[in-house]
Amino acid sequence: MNNYETVFILNPVLSEDQIEEAVKKYEKLISDSKAKIIAKENWGLKKFAYPIQNKKSGFYHLIEYQGSIDVSKNIEKEFRRDERVMRYLTVKLDKHALAWAEKRRNKIKEKVKV
Amino acid sequence: MSKIEEESLGKKESEIRYLTPLNIDTITKKKYCMFKRSGIKYIDYKGPDFLLKFVNEQGKILPRRLTGTSLKYQRKVSIAIKRARHLALMPYVADLLKG
Repeated sequence: MNNYETVFILNPVLSEDQIEEAVKKYEKLISDSKAKIIAKENWGLKKFAYPIQNKKSGFYHLIEYQGSIDVSKNIEKEFRRDERVMRYLTVKLDKHALAWAEKRRNKIKEKVKV
Repeated sequence: MSKIEEESLGKKESEIRYLTPLNIDTITKKKYCMFKRSGIKYIDYKGPDFLLKFVNEQGKILPRRLTGTSLKYQRKVSIAIKRARHLALMPYVADLLKG
């Protein structure tokens, strides 16, 4: 079992419902393949540093999960098939990264509280 | 022989003398690896503001001879910057990135 972190960018032309649906689809894909979702983050509409597919911004989403390699391979395959996803990046988390991810989560939680 | 003649003959090397020694900084500040010093273990690609310290105005990764980062962390920095670039959090090429 490994920990992975996937960031993907959704097309900005989608409506909110479509985005929610897409995110839910991937969450379901992860949970269906015996992986555990640890954290989800929605960064919202962010401006790109350079244009991608002639678009200047996109919806960033992050999912952290625990599972085998097959899960991440599967999800990347789905990303490639999906036209709504403009970019994706999956990173395996080592122990330092895990510690950082937890710290980051706590920080975000505190911000929400305050 | 007058002084001018001597100089023209090249007998005397022209020397400049100062009454007080010139104040030239010869002691340079020792560079250090900020990751080692502050104990940062993981360099996150999600924080482009922090990574901006390690690129120049064109968005190029700075060599470690300038930043003083140790080899171990320079590798991690470059990986983090490249990941950030892929996700369009940082530019591949830029102009006047730091204004």
